[in-house]
Amino acid sequence: MSTPTDHIIGADEVRADLAHFIERQTKAPVTTNLDLFASGLISSLFAMELIVYVEGTFGVSVQGDDLKLNNFRTIDAICALVIGLRGNRCG
Amino acid sequence: MTDQTSPVAILGAGVMGTGIAVLLLGCGIPVTLIDIDEARLAEAGANVSRQLRLSQLMGQMPPGACSGGMTTTTDMGRVADAQAVIEAVTERLEAKSAALASATAAVDPGTLVVSNTSAIPIDELAGFTTHPEDVVGIHFMNPPYLIRTVELIAGPRSAATALKQAEDLLSTLGCTPVLVGDGPGFVINRILQWAINEAARIVQSGVATPDAVDALFTGCLGHRTGPLATADIIGLDNVADSLTVLLERTGDEGYRPCELLLEKVAVGERGRKSGRGFFDYEGAR
Repeated sequence: MSTPTDHIIGADEVRADLAHFIERQTKAPVTTNLDLFASGLISSLFAMELIVYVEGTFGVSVQGDDLKLNNFRTIDAICALVIGLRGNRCG
Repeated sequence: MTDQTSPVAILGAGVMGTGIAVLLLGCGIPVTLIDIDEARLAEAGANVSRQLRLSQLMGQMPPGACSGGMTTTTDMGRVADAQAVIEAVTERLEAKSAALASATAAVDPGTLVVSNTSAIPIDELAGFTTHPEDVVGIHFMNPPYLIRTVELIAGPRSAATALKQAEDLLSTLGCTPVLVGDGPGFVINRILQWAINEAARIVQSGVATPDAVDALFTGCLGHRTGPLATADIIGLDNVADSLTVLLERTGDEGYRPCELLLEKVAVGERGRKSGRGFFDYEGAR
């Protein structure tokens, strides 16, 4: 039985999904290397929405030392975190 | 009394009660979270864990801080072993006076009693307690673990020892107090609640959209969020209650909650915590 988050996903797919989510929430165009916090697009409270979204959408859990802003600063950084966590989970 | 291993008792497991719990737990102080609503207590653990993660993400708390130091209960008698009591129940006099009367009946004299009231004068609340000299006000902002400056309110009967205890606790929590005197709304809410109400009236009359109002405050005045996004963070039900408290105690009609605000509360649009207020918070809150 497969869940939406179980299939193999690629970095491009993760980046496109994240860009769609962030553009919809912030109503502003983004690029994958834009500093989301420095640009003022993401507040501390939106950061939590982003984590909840990332965990729910990609089936990962962000804990401990991974809970730092640098992992969420750009779409590229979030993508690297997601791919890393999914890789780890699959051993 | 200042034993770091004794818990701090928090009365009320709402937005502010859980936020203050996160601040205490992140600083290594155990918490006894007390509420009359079992269902709300049942949600408090997950709520506190989520906020602890946010505080860690923002670099405000060390990694590994967890909600394990928190006990939830409906038993007010559990305040007995607390080093301090922090009242954070609904912004209504009857709720706050009942909670304070019953909590202070169960603690030793000399135990610090704090009210996190938005607007009710500290001396008025102290009148419902067994030892008014032990009572001070600390007005934490939401979320308390991200905004570390607080309004510290000295009532006319607050003892110097109680203020010192409050300052020591705030120092442990990494908070910077700004000491002010007593009165409806103190400083922040006497100004802010009026401004939120006026901003809502501006939207109601069609002069500007919520986006436009907040864009002016953030862009022109350097305000972090603008009055209406701030209202959504506070919770519109709390804003309406605070405005009523201010109206009743000052007679200033500027504090009468405007229709748009009351309509939003009536249909359950209570701000960020309900997913919608003046703005939409699709998905997570």
